[in-house]
Amino acid sequence: MRKPKLSTLIDHAVLIAGSLFMMLPLLMVLQMTTIPDTEIIRTGPSLTIGDQFDDNFTKAMFEASGFSGENTGLSMLKNSMILGMGFAVGKIVIGMMAAYAIVYFRLRFATLAFWLIFTTLLLPLEVRILPSYEVVQWLGMLNTYQGLIIPLIASATATFFFRQFFRSVPEELVEAARIDGAGPVKFFIDILVPLSQTMIAAMFIIMFVYGWNQYLWPTMITTDEDMYTLVRGIKQIVQVLEGAVVPEFGRSNVLALVAVIPPVLVVVFFQSWFVKGLTESDK
Amino acid sequence: MKRAGFTTISLPVLLLLPQLVIIAVFFYWPTVVAIHSSFYLQDPFGFGSTFVGLENYADLLSSREYRKIAWFTVVFSGLVTFFSLAIALVLAVKADKVLRGAKTYRTLLMWVYAVAPPVAGFIAVIMFNQSWGPLTEFFGLFGHRFMVGVNFNDTAFSMVLASVWKQVPVNFIFFLSGLQSIPRSVREAALIDNRSASGRFWDVTFPLLAPTGFFLLIINITYSLFDTFGIVDTVVKGEPGNNPMTLVYKVYVDGFRGNDLGGSSAQSVILMVLVLALTIFQFRLIERRIHYT
Repeated sequence: MRKPKLSTLIDHAVLIAGSLFMMLPLLMVLQMTTIPDTEIIRTGPSLTIGDQFDDNFTKAMFEASGFSGENTGLSMLKNSMILGMGFAVGKIVIGMMAAYAIVYFRLRFATLAFWLIFTTLLLPLEVRILPSYEVVQWLGMLNTYQGLIIPLIASATATFFFRQFFRSVPEELVEAARIDGAGPVKFFIDILVPLSQTMIAAMFIIMFVYGWNQYLWPTMITTDEDMYTLVRGIKQIVQVLEGAVVPEFGRSNVLALVAVIPPVLVVVFFQSWFVKGLTESDK
Repeated sequence: MKRAGFTTISLPVLLLLPQLVIIAVFFYWPTVVAIHSSFYLQDPFGFGSTFVGLENYADLLSSREYRKIAWFTVVFSGLVTFFSLAIALVLAVKADKVLRGAKTYRTLLMWVYAVAPPVAGFIAVIMFNQSWGPLTEFFGLFGHRFMVGVNFNDTAFSMVLASVWKQVPVNFIFFLSGLQSIPRSVREAALIDNRSASGRFWDVTFPLLAPTGFFLLIINITYSLFDTFGIVDTVVKGEPGNNPMTLVYKVYVDGFRGNDLGGSSAQSVILMVLVLALTIFQFRLIERRIHYT
């Protein structure tokens, strides 16, 4: 075997250091889920793995915290799932429909629609939070899933992604479909949607993670504890840690872990789609 | 538009309708309301409002507190952008070079993309715990008593660290994909012309990555302005007090806690102008980027 070169060793050393920088915080959270709160208060995180994971997990997922007694980890997990899925599906369906209309129809109004949609890319939700909140309040959608999801869909990233992709689909396909007598609806459902499968998968992963990780919007419009998502619940957890006599570190670390695992698994397992979606969508 | 497009009219209108209704109700309307109320002084108890013209803006720009927060935001964004780009670039170059374990490294370096900002903030709060936080102990070795939430600079440091940690993966993914799209022939030609690895990097790789870098620059500035909200909020535990905060956080604090609707709206409009400028800049860069590749 050839002796490895010094430069190769340095490359690996740098990459290992980088990986540790990324991994250590997660390992610390993991370790803290396995030890009792009393031990954390005394010594903090350490290198030994305890046997309290089951206890901490049960407490976090099934026992209620907060005032109403309704926000267990399980209910927050459910809400996060609904937000992530609802956001991703909603965005893809609405975005594909709009992109199809813009690319495949001869419609003068399409150019105007395109610009109207395009403009939404310019201003993120954060700069118009207060009036957005008022609109949702006025519509009576506070503390509802609709109020949580629909306003977040009001931006055009997915529309643009699909517009870009549809434009790259060969022109001959529509021509052939029309000669064979396929109408616009049939062409969309039978040809374009199956053709977009990879794109849909890539978009779904990115949008799911994006929706799941929403924080500011859920913080504002959900005040009922049974509507909290995991990510929205994190702030509550930090505040509880401050006030309590025996801060529940075990519970809070389990919740942080549960808030992180689903999106991380999605990104890790569908890595190639995810990378494709990410690098293509921002072009 | 495709040349061979369909000519029906009702169907495309129907297809566009959901998107248009949603953006009208949840985008255009709130934006107009924000601009409108930035010219008014709201009664804190909700009894009407008076037109004050540009007074809300004048108040902001002359406020020492606002200028201080704006300055902090600039420094914060600069630090987060610089460090997350630099670390990601180094890691991407190395990950592109190694043969063994390349896939494992890639996974280990990109999973944090999926971590929500407030969770990153939560982890920072634990790592900097006053009595036993691992990083508090680490800084203790150098004789510095780290106090997040009490000392302004310490709090700012933990925010920057958490924000960088959260942002490195995105930059890493883009840099790596940029590196991998450099043609083999170019690399081989460089290998013949220039024997030193660092020379090759600065003369060939770096200029070819520049378009990706410019693009990421904007993405990172936008990230540090807006997406760090969750990190700031968890690190200061919802109690800004004397702690550092960003402009976006201030909009939220004034509008939601302080009930200063006019002032908060004026801040929103200032941020809108800022984002607009950044976005226009970005689109011009993307046009350039196409010429490069």
